[in-house]
Amino acid sequence: MATLRDIKKRIKAVQNTQKITKAMKMVSAAKLRKVQNRMLDLRPYADKMHDVLMSLAKGADREAHPLLAFRPRKTVEVVVITSDRGLCGAFNTNILKTAQRCIDDYKKESFGVSISTVGKKARDYFKRRGVPMRNSWTGISGNVSFLNAQEIANDIKDNFINETIDEVAIVYNAFKSMASQTVTVAQLLPLAPVEEGKEESAFEVAAAGFIYEPSMTAIFDRLIPRNVDIQIYRALLESSASEEAARMSAMENATKSCNEMVGTLTLQFNKARQASITGELMDIVGGVEALKG
Amino acid sequence: MADKLTLDIVTPYGHIFTDEVDEIAASGSEGEFGVLPEHASFLTTLRIGMLTYKKGAETGIFFISSGYAEVGPDKVTILADSAERSDDINVERAKAAMKRAEERLKEIEKFDHARATASLERAIMRIQVVEKRTIR
Repeated sequence: MATLRDIKKRIKAVQNTQKITKAMKMVSAAKLRKVQNRMLDLRPYADKMHDVLMSLAKGADREAHPLLAFRPRKTVEVVVITSDRGLCGAFNTNILKTAQRCIDDYKKESFGVSISTVGKKARDYFKRRGVPMRNSWTGISGNVSFLNAQEIANDIKDNFINETIDEVAIVYNAFKSMASQTVTVAQLLPLAPVEEGKEESAFEVAAAGFIYEPSMTAIFDRLIPRNVDIQIYRALLESSASEEAARMSAMENATKSCNEMVGTLTLQFNKARQASITGELMDIVGGVEALKG
Repeated sequence: MADKLTLDIVTPYGHIFTDEVDEIAASGSEGEFGVLPEHASFLTTLRIGMLTYKKGAETGIFFISSGYAEVGPDKVTILADSAERSDDINVERAKAAMKRAEERLKEIEKFDHARATASLERAIMRIQVVEKRTIR
């Protein structure tokens, strides 16, 4: 049986852990607030831009811009966005599972798959499995900037235009709320056609007869690459916010478990203390009896 | 028949403005253009410039750095790289930016000429937007 001292030591250790998890939770909360604001600010812009492009792409010739080209899918690029740091619950596991499933599906259909990763966790995952990566970026999830996004976007755009890759899918955690982040797989390039059967708003129908100024090509040249930048920037921000939210709830749970553990250990400690006092009393009583005799 | 236009101004830094207005004027890359309800569908790039709207007796002025405008029969969406309401413009900062850009333009070999020109244009436009507001 554990001695009193052992139990006391363990209580202390658990309490120290609790201090750390509590602090980490607070740090995550602060970081989350910052990145969440930026994400919420960007969302309407990213959505609008996507809408505009969608309505444009529908009426447009697919040859109008190299980034619009639908080619037979020979090589599909999967961009996996994870965090650099762990201790955030199932955040990375979920992403990697989905990414792996995606990759397996593509392979089953015998497409070539090329992989790019953002974040140490994804890089390590594929490295451990000996899967070659086309490119990997780290050190972004903590401080997402538009420049980071542009760097990644430029690399992807170049490879798409070179025809090294024919389609780009992006796997990331979308931020729904504090408590829920959903793994999202989105097609980044070429611009996905609008799903059939979807109700078209009057606005979208009107979009077919657009007047372009200065010209459609000039607008495409600016809008399409910028859209890629923005969508990647958005994915990075969403992922970063989700990471902090996931870490917050993971740390919250850890703090709670610590509390429970301290409770059980204290109970054990008190029982042991009681037992030792009883033991000592018995000894004394026994001694007294012996002296009498 | 729509008799109002919904004006939306969004930037990467947030949804700046949304309201129903009567009339909009903005500077496209090919020149100034005005929009009234029932305008034909129209998509244009915007250059650094100002955007004004009228809503009844009320008018508003915005500084818009380059972006896009999507015009529909009852809806105008501005996707700007950045946009500021005239009241929110920091004149001191714009003046400082103007000075800095002018100095950079003098040392052509040291700085990126296109960037300095663009930043000078932005600063001048910001100041103009503020002046236009104060004249009225």
